[in-house]
Amino acid sequence: MVGAFQDGDGRPTLGNLDALTSDAALSALKGSLVLSATTALIGAALGALLAYLVVSLPTQSLLRRTTLAISGVLAQFGGVVLAFAWIATIGSVGIVTKAMDSAFGVDLYGSGWLFDLPGLVVVYAYFQIPLMVIVFAPAFEGLRPQWREAAVNLGASTWDYWRHVALPLLTPAFLGALLLLFANAFAAYATAAVLVSQGQPIVPLLIRQAITSEVLLGQANVGFALALEMIVVVTLVMVAYNLLLKRTSRWMR
Amino acid sequence: MTPSRTFRAVRTVLLLAFAAYFFVPLLAMLDFSTQARGSAEGRTWDNWQFMVTDEDLRSSIIASLLLALFTVVLMVVLLVPTMVWVRLRVPRARGLVEFLCLLPLTIPALVIVVGISNVYSWVTYLLGDSPLVLTFAYVVLVLPYSYRAIDAALSAIDVATLSEAARSLGAGWPTVIVRIVLPNITGGVLGAAFISVALVMGEYVFASLLHFDTLPVAMAGIYRSNPAAAMAAALASMLFVALLLVGLTFLSRDRHRHDQGASR
Repeated sequence: MVGAFQDGDGRPTLGNLDALTSDAALSALKGSLVLSATTALIGAALGALLAYLVVSLPTQSLLRRTTLAISGVLAQFGGVVLAFAWIATIGSVGIVTKAMDSAFGVDLYGSGWLFDLPGLVVVYAYFQIPLMVIVFAPAFEGLRPQWREAAVNLGASTWDYWRHVALPLLTPAFLGALLLLFANAFAAYATAAVLVSQGQPIVPLLIRQAITSEVLLGQANVGFALALEMIVVVTLVMVAYNLLLKRTSRWMR
Repeated sequence: MTPSRTFRAVRTVLLLAFAAYFFVPLLAMLDFSTQARGSAEGRTWDNWQFMVTDEDLRSSIIASLLLALFTVVLMVVLLVPTMVWVRLRVPRARGLVEFLCLLPLTIPALVIVVGISNVYSWVTYLLGDSPLVLTFAYVVLVLPYSYRAIDAALSAIDVATLSEAARSLGAGWPTVIVRIVLPNITGGVLGAAFISVALVMGEYVFASLLHFDTLPVAMAGIYRSNPAAAMAAALASMLFVALLLVGLTFLSRDRHRHDQGASR
């Protein structure tokens, strides 16, 4: 941590923080924020949908239990293996790429978008959606049937029930899960490290470049400064998450 | 309330779409890893055999498995006595211990590496540069998950009464922990161990940036020269971890059912 405020010889300096406002650092930060926000939104929306589908199955259904178990596995799943899986699917010789080419003559691979930000969005969604299912399914289960019955007794339609009862109750949990997903995507590194070999579109890759660079000495401290920047972002997100969690937990007992 | 037929139809379609999104990449890996080299036709298991025949890959697999083993052992040795001790003697420190254990979850792993890299130049200097020194970093990494699993198991039993009974019968603290508490929280410890193994087997950030050859690092390296073999290794490690975790969910469910049956 102290390293963020030192230069190459260990003298205290604020110069490394200046490096955070360089073009490369700013565009990496922007890339990271956009990537995390997009995948958090996609993951949260699709994950909530999947969670709802699963929860609407009967409690003892095998499909429901398997889906939840698989989600648990896939949410842990990331890194090198995940990158490989997607290269095998929609890489230059991936099976979906080849199938689309022979069936419709569409070049899915394009100019290698899989290995840049758009590709990262698709790949990150692969672990964000299951994570959302795990985090959010309990919120659906916490919606008591009695509340719905009460609403129906008072003359509410299904739409009224969702609009005035269920959605307001689910909103804090949803926002909390969204923040968690954001932090998760923001911190992910291994998948991107394997997929992206050129350029540094996101902060973690820029840190990699800074601390492993053999060309520019003294870059390591810039890496520390970037790491500090990441901590600040993640801390903000986590504080917000805890605040929301406190609000939600009142209803989810 | 029974869902309407339209709803059920839509649900089936959507569930199939999700299933496709999640399973096609895995099938793609299987397809890729069993292709014959070059553009030749036919299927081959050569790439799977490569895991055993290639010296580098084999040693990295062994390194990862050993790392997982050591991490689990060290984690249990550190965590169980500390948590029991805190529960019995210094309940006020519980919040602090919990905070420290959950801290690694909120800090990105990459940031921990940046912070730890200086420490590690000393560690490798003192202990040699075997990948096994990563154990220390990995114990920190698996703390949040292990803490939760063990904490849940400890909450389910009455540690205070059990240990007082054992102490009054003349047992020392080591006996209390090894012979009284540990057998009662086997489920939690097993859960913590499985999750730890899963994390260690897939860990890439620490190993790659500190330059140690564990399985994920070796896979990423081999991918450049022999993609199919790297795919095979990746799929194998994924299946191994998935088996562990699925086994865990069924294990905990069976225990749960068993407990319910035994209760009054």
